Amino acid sequence: MNFRTTEENIFKILMFISLIAVMGSLIGIMAVVLIKGGAALSIGMVTTPPESGYYLGGEGGILNAIVGSVYLASGATVLAFFISIAIAIYLQREFTSSKAAGIIRTSLDMLWGIPSIVYGVFCFIVMMYLGIGTCLLAGIIALTMIEIPIMTRGMDEAIKMVPPELKESTYVLGSNRIETAIKVVLRQGLPGITSAVLLAFGRGIGDAASILFTAGFSDHIPASLFDSAAALPTMIFFLSALPSPEVRDRAYAAAFILLSIVLLISLASRLLTNKFSRYIIK
Amino acid sequence: MPAPQIVTRDLNLWIGEKHILKNINIEIPKKEIAAIIGPSGCGKTTLLKCFNRLIDLTENVKVKGKVIVDGENIFDPDIKMIDLPRIREKMGLLSQRPYPLPMSIYDNVAYGPRIHCRLKKKDLDETVKHYLEAAGLWNEVKDRLKDPATSLSVGQQQRLCLARGLAVEPEVILCDEPTSALDPNATRKIEELLVKLKKDYTIILVTHTLRQAKKIADYAGFVYFGELIEQGPADEVLVNPKEKLTKEYIQG
Repeated sequence: MNFRTTEENIFKILMFISLIAVMGSLIGIMAVVLIKGGAALSIGMVTTPPESGYYLGGEGGILNAIVGSVYLASGATVLAFFISIAIAIYLQREFTSSKAAGIIRTSLDMLWGIPSIVYGVFCFIVMMYLGIGTCLLAGIIALTMIEIPIMTRGMDEAIKMVPPELKESTYVLGSNRIETAIKVVLRQGLPGITSAVLLAFGRGIGDAASILFTAGFSDHIPASLFDSAAALPTMIFFLSALPSPEVRDRAYAAAFILLSIVLLISLASRLLTNKFSRYIIK
Repeated sequence: MPAPQIVTRDLNLWIGEKHILKNINIEIPKKEIAAIIGPSGCGKTTLLKCFNRLIDLTENVKVKGKVIVDGENIFDPDIKMIDLPRIREKMGLLSQRPYPLPMSIYDNVAYGPRIHCRLKKKDLDETVKHYLEAAGLWNEVKDRLKDPATSLSVGQQQRLCLARGLAVEPEVILCDEPTSALDPNATRKIEELLVKLKKDYTIILVTHTLRQAKKIADYAGFVYFGELIEQGPADEVLVNPKEKLTKEYIQG
């Protein structure tokens, strides 16, 4: 065996190990959550809010947290989407110089690296100053701030991949910059843009630290933006800190529900994107 | 010789520190095929991009001099960004590789008419048919207008790009080595189309295949490292050039 085949084999093995590590983690997490939480799962768990004594092993479910999480994450994702798409379009060559774009990209990367608890504390202070206190709205704002850098950078990378010649050909047809961006660039970048939205949504629905301070916690389903709201991550956090093992298993069941929501949404949007990406130039 | 369609006056262009075009004074005649020939990387495409100000999309560009289209200097400092679509829609472009828009065949041709005027569905259908016919593509695609443009072959895509450009009703068609990615058969179709189209359009053809220029061009300019060495009727420049550099290039 000569040196080159040895080299190739070593890298093949390394790649295979990496694959196993990633797939193994995914399967491992799913398995643990299912095994530990399976017993606690029931229809009642997803259809009723907690009754008194739920945290000591009493009756009820975690509908409040499911609804809270869906409200928080979708509200934040929708808000972040409109802001991010505007920034991502603006970062193109036609709108801003590459120097300015570089500064914006660096700032976004720095924002991406800020721990979510810091966003939570920051929003908490702002909300206190405004006299709003902990509520669904405050949670949505904190999550929006966390999601924007992730979403914008993802969309930015997707838009950068659009071939410049494609843009040229729409300018030649007499389009202005906005028409080109909306009718051609966004369409061509759609798969990457969807991934960016999903990535941000996943981060939003899974974050506990930022909403702990801002959305608060409640056993009731929030009826307005100014009610405090529970969320699945905070629910998992509280349940898993309780002394009784049966109640702790409910934390795993809640984690299973959280994973299912993320999986379902990412599958649905993948299917949707495939339908729309029929026309994309490869 | 009829009045020229495009005239450049002392056109100089820099990208960063690099001096790409040097004192270009070219006169493109109306409704003829003007070939711009020269070695690769000598500024032919850059010159072409000046004619419709597509060059604005390149970073660090500095332009001095005039490009006069229909009596209007399109590099006049009074011309604002908002006027660019008006200048650009006078010129269709065929690039080296076809870049269909990420839409159906029908929507590709309808793209231009849709942004310029509101047509009724029936009129739009007629327009699309008309320009697909003009590009010699109608018979091949009439049954699958809703298919993605990418489902066509490269040669068909290039003709689709031509149809899409014609649908904006330009006066000039800029061709940047439009056949370099095509097989001989598709190349011949494009060449025949260009000859047919010169009745109604001024055509500027950037090419480095001399054979193509000799075959279809009426007028020719030879560009060598950013300078226009020679221009004139094609049978003079391409057969009996006056300049030594042109002679050397043509004889290979």
